[in-house]
Amino acid sequence: MKAKTSKKVLMSGNEAMAEAAIKANCFFYAGYPITPQNEIPSYMAKRMHDEGRVFIQAESEIAAINMVFGASACGVRVLTSSSSPGVSLKQEGISYMAGAELPAVIINVMRGGPGLGNIASAQSDYFQSTRGGGHGDYFTPCFAPYSPEEAARLVMLGFDLADFYRTPVLVLADAIIGQMMEAVEFPKESGFTKKLPPKTWALTGKSGRTANIVKSFFLKEGGLEVHNEHLRKKWQKIKENEQRSDTHKTNDAKYLIIAYGSEARIALEAIDILRAKKVKVGLFRPISLWPYPEKNLKTISKKIRKVFVVEQSLGQMVEDVHLSIPEKEIHFLGKTGGGIPKAHEIAKFIEKHAK
Amino acid sequence: MPNKTRPASLKNISTHYCSGCGHGILHRLVAEVIDEMKLSEKTIGVAPVGCAVVAYDYWDFDVCEAAHGRALAVATGIKRCRPQNVVFTYQGDGDLVSIGLAETFHTANRGENLTCIFINNACYGMTGGQMAPTTLVGQPTATTPWGRNPKSGEGWPVKLSEILATLSGVAFAVRSTISSPREVIKTREYIKKAFSNQIENKGFSIIEVLSPCPTIWQKSPINAMKWIDEEMVKTFPLGVIKDK
Repeated sequence: MKAKTSKKVLMSGNEAMAEAAIKANCFFYAGYPITPQNEIPSYMAKRMHDEGRVFIQAESEIAAINMVFGASACGVRVLTSSSSPGVSLKQEGISYMAGAELPAVIINVMRGGPGLGNIASAQSDYFQSTRGGGHGDYFTPCFAPYSPEEAARLVMLGFDLADFYRTPVLVLADAIIGQMMEAVEFPKESGFTKKLPPKTWALTGKSGRTANIVKSFFLKEGGLEVHNEHLRKKWQKIKENEQRSDTHKTNDAKYLIIAYGSEARIALEAIDILRAKKVKVGLFRPISLWPYPEKNLKTISKKIRKVFVVEQSLGQMVEDVHLSIPEKEIHFLGKTGGGIPKAHEIAKFIEKHAK
Repeated sequence: MPNKTRPASLKNISTHYCSGCGHGILHRLVAEVIDEMKLSEKTIGVAPVGCAVVAYDYWDFDVCEAAHGRALAVATGIKRCRPQNVVFTYQGDGDLVSIGLAETFHTANRGENLTCIFINNACYGMTGGQMAPTTLVGQPTATTPWGRNPKSGEGWPVKLSEILATLSGVAFAVRSTISSPREVIKTREYIKKAFSNQIENKGFSIIEVLSPCPTIWQKSPINAMKWIDEEMVKTFPLGVIKDK
C-alpha cells in the first residue's frame, strides 16, 4: 500500500500507531478505555470521524474484538487496541479470527501483570503474544517496535501482512513506547512488497456470486483437521518469510545483548558504556517476536562467546533464544512488575559474566 | 426432491434439528421474508452458538459466525461498515440473555440499525437442557433438577424484550410464538416489519419468539406447542411491547 509523504511530527508512540492506521486505510476501529493506550482511541475518535470512517467505543474489550471480527468479515481494514488485561479479554475473539482467517491489526501496549498488575511498562505478555494466546492451534504474527516511528511503520506493515496471509497481526508495544514522544516521519510504504489478494471471501451480500460464509466451525469428522492443516501451511509460510530483526555493533562483537521494544533502546546505552570500557558487545533486536528471527540470530551469533537476554519480565523471550541457539552460553537479566533493567545494570551484569 | 413452495433463500437439504423443533419453521420464515422483500443479495445474517450454529448451512445468503453471545457485536461491526445491507442476528436465550447480555444491551442502547431474532425456548438445548435465564419458575432442567427455584438463588425468568423496550435506541420490541398457524403468520409479519424498520433506518428491532424444544422439555411436539400456549405465555406475554 502507499501512503502520503509527511514531514516529521512530534508524537507519542500511541498517536503514531493511530495515525499509521489512518494512513494504512483502516476503515473500522473499536476499543475500550485502558491505560496506557488511551491516546489511541482518543486519536482515532477524531481522525476516523474526519475521514468518514467508523469509530466505536465498545462496552468492553470483548465487544470491541467481536465488532472488529464483523467489520473484518466485510472486507475492510480493522484495528483494535488495548493493554495487557484487555488483550487477555480479546483472546477468544483473536482465536476465532485466526480460525476464520480474518485479517486485523491488534495493538497491545503492554503494562504490568499478572491480574490488574499496574500501569508501568512491562514485557510480560510475550508468551501470550507468541504462543497463540487464546484456545486452539494457531499463531499470530507479532511485531515489537522500539520507537514511535517504528511503531507506526509496523502498524502499516501489519495491515498489509494481515491482508496477505488472512490473519490477525499483533503489534506488541510496551508502555514506554506508547507514551514516549519523538519526532516521527511516516514512511511512504509499509515495506511489504507482495501483491495483496482480492477479498473474494468478504460478506457484502451475495450479489453476482454464491453465498459467502465466514466461520471457524468445522463439526464434520475430519473437517477441522483439514482446516488446521491448511492453517499449518500458512504458519509455516509466515515463519519462512516474515522473520524480522535488527542489529547494532555486531560486526566485531564477542558478546551479544538480545532485547526488544523499549528494552532494546536501553540496551543501546549499555553498549555505549561497555564499548567505552573496550568490551566488544553488540545488540540483536528481534522485531518479529513470532515468527522469532531465529535464522538471523543463528548467523549473527556464530562468532559470539556469550549471549545476554534482557527483558522487562521474569524471562519469556529467553526461551526462544534457547530454542534458536541452544549451543550458546545464555545469561538472563529480567525485572518485573514495572521494574526496568537500566543501562548501567545491564552493563554491570555483562561485565560480571563476560570475564 | 425439489419443492416448489420452498423459499429460494432456504437450501433444499435436511436440517439436523430434532422433530418438533422451532428452528425449522423460523429458518423458513426468515428465508420467506427475505425472498418476499427481494433481499437475498443484500442480507448478511449472523449465526449464534447454540443449536442454530450451522444456520448458514441451511440459508442461501451471506452469513457470519459469532462467538457465543457476541452476535450483536459482530452484527454491529458488519452494519457500520455495510449500512446498505440488511443485517440480522439469530440467537437463543443463553446466547442473547446470559453470556451475551452486555453486547445485547449495549447494541440495543446504541440503537444499532439492525434486527435481532431471539429464539426463546427456556433452556440450553444444544448442551443438554441446562437452566437458561428464561427458564420458567418451577421448570426442571439438567442443572435445576427440582425445578428452577428463585429462593435457592436461581433467579427469575428474564423478560429481555421488556427490558430492551425501555431503551431509547430500540424502535421495535415484540414477543410472538409459532405454536399455531395463526401465530406463525404473525411472527412472519413481525420479521418483515423489523426488516422494513431497518431499511427505513429506524434503529434496533427485536423479535422474541417462544419456540418449542420437545427433546429437552421431554414432550411430544404437539404437547410442546401446548406448553407454550398454556405455561410459557403466562411468564412471557405475547404482543407488541414497543413500536416507535
